[in-house]
Amino acid sequence: MTAPSPRPTPSRGAARTAVLCAGLAFGMVGLAYASVPLYNAFCKATGYDGTPRQGPALSLAAARSDDSMVVHFDTNVAPGIAWKFAPEVSSIDAKLGETKTVFFRVTNTGPTPSTGVATFNVQPGLMGGYFVKVACFCFNEQTLQPGETIDVPVVFYVDPAVRDDSNTAHLSEMTLSYTYFASKNGQPVTAAVANTAAPGTKRDF
Amino acid sequence: MATAATHAGAHEAHDHKPSFFARWFLSTNHKDIGTLYLLFAFCAGMIGAFLSFGIRMEMEEPGLQYFSSPATYNVFVTGHGLIMVFFMVMPALIGGFGNWFVPLMIGAPDMAFPRMNNISFWLTVAGFCSLLCSLFVEGAPGASGAGTGWTVYPPLSTMGHPGPAVDFAIFALHLSGAGSILGAINFITTILNMRAPGMTLHKMPLFAWAELVTAFLLLLSLPVLAGAITMLLTDRNFGTTFFDPAGGGDPILYQHLFWFFGHPEVYIMILPAFGIVSHIIATFSRKPVFGYLAMAYAMVAIGVVGFVVWAHHMYTVGLSLQTQSYFVFATMVIAVPTGVKIFSWIATMWGGSIRFTAAMHWAVGFIFLFTVGGVTGVVLANSAVDKYLHDTYYVVAHFHYVLSLGAVFIIFAGIYYWFPKMTGRIIPEWAGKLHFWLAFIGANVLFFPMHFLGLAGMPRRYADYPEAFAGWHKVSTYGGHIFGLGMFVFVIGVVLAFRSKERAADNPWGEGATTLEWTLSSPPPFHQFETLPHIVDEPGAH
Repeated sequence: MTAPSPRPTPSRGAARTAVLCAGLAFGMVGLAYASVPLYNAFCKATGYDGTPRQGPALSLAAARSDDSMVVHFDTNVAPGIAWKFAPEVSSIDAKLGETKTVFFRVTNTGPTPSTGVATFNVQPGLMGGYFVKVACFCFNEQTLQPGETIDVPVVFYVDPAVRDDSNTAHLSEMTLSYTYFASKNGQPVTAAVANTAAPGTKRDF
Repeated sequence: MATAATHAGAHEAHDHKPSFFARWFLSTNHKDIGTLYLLFAFCAGMIGAFLSFGIRMEMEEPGLQYFSSPATYNVFVTGHGLIMVFFMVMPALIGGFGNWFVPLMIGAPDMAFPRMNNISFWLTVAGFCSLLCSLFVEGAPGASGAGTGWTVYPPLSTMGHPGPAVDFAIFALHLSGAGSILGAINFITTILNMRAPGMTLHKMPLFAWAELVTAFLLLLSLPVLAGAITMLLTDRNFGTTFFDPAGGGDPILYQHLFWFFGHPEVYIMILPAFGIVSHIIATFSRKPVFGYLAMAYAMVAIGVVGFVVWAHHMYTVGLSLQTQSYFVFATMVIAVPTGVKIFSWIATMWGGSIRFTAAMHWAVGFIFLFTVGGVTGVVLANSAVDKYLHDTYYVVAHFHYVLSLGAVFIIFAGIYYWFPKMTGRIIPEWAGKLHFWLAFIGANVLFFPMHFLGLAGMPRRYADYPEAFAGWHKVSTYGGHIFGLGMFVFVIGVVLAFRSKERAADNPWGEGATTLEWTLSSPPPFHQFETLPHIVDEPGAH
């Protein structure tokens, strides 16, 4: 500055206010990042956003033979992995509390070995808290050789408490949906992931 | 309000101004930085207005007339939204009027950190340049520019836009966000530490209150946006999967983070306008504002409640009934402090000796139009109704009534109110009134039919539409032309003001204008309040 400018020197109080404000701003950035694991934990704990619960099977006594729910199965393969993926049946009628096992058939139709991991979700999203997986192929990655076919199981039950929640008491059908993605951790993602096709290309089965 | 008992008169004597380059590029003077912000907001607003002109021309008739592809249309929509929010309304109301008048109103010689103030401004300019770059590089495959909407939701903004345009847009938000956070720290520090002796918080003018609450909203919400878009950036470029289901992420989380910022952001845009309109109504009713403390704490309440209502933007993502009930209720609670403000403005005018100057036209027009926008907001707050109206033109009509007809009307009101103070010149009253009527009629013809379009099911962000919607779209485009005509009147008024030899008095508005800036010369000296004014209570001031 060429001209003499009587610039007010910030007092100690002003400096303290500014530091506190800056701390607040950095704290909020931290909270934004902290929200990622918190949100995951929240979804897992509450079944929010269609996140199925995980847990051990119920005892036979807890099952209710008079009430059931039709569970549809939906399978998708994301662009970037050349797999064929289909359930053995398109839907089953599951008694509430009864443990069910369903197999899915996965085939690598590509010329190279590839590793995939399936993400899962239920619809309606409100059912997430009442759909309990005892065991699932989707908890782990799968590596398939070219042309290899495997049958993978999911073991689940529908919690009878579904009838006690006014949001879900009226439901008689739900869908369990899987999408196979090329594993991002197992091996480099192929360039095709970034291509223009719609996510979740539906395959015939 | 309280007035200055003593007035430092000696500052004109040593009123040195630095050379042109040092004054405007290395500026540390709050009034010069305020002027820079206002000029920048005008330029950015013109570009944003040009983009909206493109949108309205395209929507005048069904089919594609002006755009080669719908992707480019979406780029115009996105650019219009981002520019108007971050580079027009915020720089004008916070950087412009805030820098100009907060120190004057609280009796401070300058902002607390003048150098940081300069950085804030140039960060905003740099952000704007980055956003302009994004318009010209590839975004969606085969099209240039980011066509994501101002919300930048994944997966459209990640796998839907492989080109670098979205990265430029994210970088623009980072830069302007950093500028705004620094500006917010500056405002909070200035207001909390540099008020003139006797200027207690409960005697502080409402515009300073509004800027204080706005600064806190900025400080708490913008870092969350910065975090969210940084995650988006690493998802796009570095293989993280915060919002990518392939790695266990969830795109809904982005919506939560975005709207945790996005909802306070709408109050960031309107609270300074609330402050300005309070002063204009009080000045031209020649009465102190009705219910001063209630007005101040209504703004605080709006700011606080504004942080716990974000999911009303996301009713369609599958929230449980109880969650929706909470967000419906919390959203409607905001109507209470807002109602306090509307009724207090009306009560201020009641029984006052009202003068319908140009600024008063804009302020009264604002109260009417903002109320219309507020009522449609209460309609949309209902989750059951919102599921039908989500992402339709009804929503577009709603937020343009509160922003285009709310915040923008008050930007013009502020210009007509403070122009004599800022420049020492006088915009002819007829120009301000003609501008008002063109804008008022134009904006209503432009946005009111959008309610009908939305109720009939016309979705947002589509370049083409069925023949059935053509009638109201045509009317809407005509309204846009009328509004645009008003802008020419505004420019003519400003040119006439600078060509005229007429000079403004220190207080051209008479005894109703009681805040400290009117005790200074017009324009104010380069450095003011070297001897701090002492604020004494006038009996029965409020």
